[in-house]
Amino acid sequence: MPADQRDPAAGTPVGRRVFLGLLGLGTLGIVTGTALQDGLSAALAPVQTRDPTGLVSLLPLGNTFRYYSVTGAVDEQDAGDYRLTVGGLVQQPGRFTLADLAAMPQTELVRDFQCVTGWRVPDVRWAGVRLSHLIDLAGADDRATAVRFTSFDGTYTESLTLEQARRDDVLVALQMLDGPVTHDHGGPVRLFVAPMYGYKSLKWLSGIELTRDVEPGYWEDRRYSVDAWVGSSNGRADDPTG
Amino acid sequence: MTRPADAPPAEPEFARFGRPARWVHGLVGVLVLVCIATAAVLYNSSLQVLVGHRRAVELVHVWAGWALPVPLLAGLLSAGYRAELRRLDRFTRHDWRWLRSRTRRDGRIPVGKFNAGQKLNGSLSAGAIAVLLLSGAFMQATDLAPLAWRTGATLMHDWFALALGLLVLGHLSFALRDPIAMRSLRTGTVPRRWARHEHPAWAEELEDR
Repeated sequence: MPADQRDPAAGTPVGRRVFLGLLGLGTLGIVTGTALQDGLSAALAPVQTRDPTGLVSLLPLGNTFRYYSVTGAVDEQDAGDYRLTVGGLVQQPGRFTLADLAAMPQTELVRDFQCVTGWRVPDVRWAGVRLSHLIDLAGADDRATAVRFTSFDGTYTESLTLEQARRDDVLVALQMLDGPVTHDHGGPVRLFVAPMYGYKSLKWLSGIELTRDVEPGYWEDRRYSVDAWVGSSNGRADDPTG
Repeated sequence: MTRPADAPPAEPEFARFGRPARWVHGLVGVLVLVCIATAAVLYNSSLQVLVGHRRAVELVHVWAGWALPVPLLAGLLSAGYRAELRRLDRFTRHDWRWLRSRTRRDGRIPVGKFNAGQKLNGSLSAGAIAVLLLSGAFMQATDLAPLAWRTGATLMHDWFALALGLLVLGHLSFALRDPIAMRSLRTGTVPRRWARHEHPAWAEELEDR
């Protein structure tokens, strides 16, 4: 038997070279990765949208929605059972069914959806009731300066200043991607705050409450920005979506 | 009272892995599996919808990840473990032949304590883990690095995780086909016959001592 399989010093240190090579490759990828990512996403996007097997979407790449939930499995709410309450510092508290909301003036928006973790879905079509319309219906009390949102998942909360909430591009969304908002996307009704990062667009919206002060929501208690403008918060520099 | 029949003479066993190597292997194995399971929930939309609790899953993933190098580095305190690493590191001409050969398991190419596939798996896995730790650090320290680096770090983390996942799958599938090898990760020893068949150069080395 040849001796060089026994002598521990025989041969070349290939293992160390492979290790250091990978480390170098990874470091290079970290520094130059943005360009690489854009190239790969662009190359894969046409395949990803037409792939009938769905296998390509398993690759961690590309401009598609990813589904996040902060609690355990969220019970589905039937469109018929759904209720949205509007209360807090208002003159006229309200309680609306999905049909009530659908009968109100609808606004359509087409905007990119930008997640604070980096993915961005271009040109998403949204439709629903302007939040300002619901606030006007309820009549904001003079003491109210902020709006707090609650979710029927029981945990997720969000907030906006009253001024932000009155913007034209803040919707109580009933439609998304050319259909009713699906359960996994936070349906039947979710918030859509166009100029801010995705976590502000609370899913499974069930309550709107006018408050004296901004009460930081679920992600904001976990160090994310309260005023979450896309491109100028959370230490990120994405193109604005507003 | 009759005496029980004499047990057949036990087959001699060779010491394959010392206690430090077995502990490092076990701890790293558990931590890697925790990382893979939590990563699957964080990444796969269907699993995320099923499990939810994004923040809790994320915390488990991050802490299991940070714990991963601890046993790997603690093992370096043991001389036996360092000797295993040296064997994994060194490639001889036989290793290159073994990798190229289609009949690599017919016994004609001398195989030492680790075959070339095991050596390659070791260094690829170690390199991937190092990149995952580095990119994970950049993803977590959101204040330290420019955004472009964080995007790059995310991309590297994703692809090296995919690669490590494939390496782990390959490792498991080879292991499951060899119960004796798996047992030796618990007991530390292998029958001499197994050693002669799978790692003849190593068996010869032990017999010569």
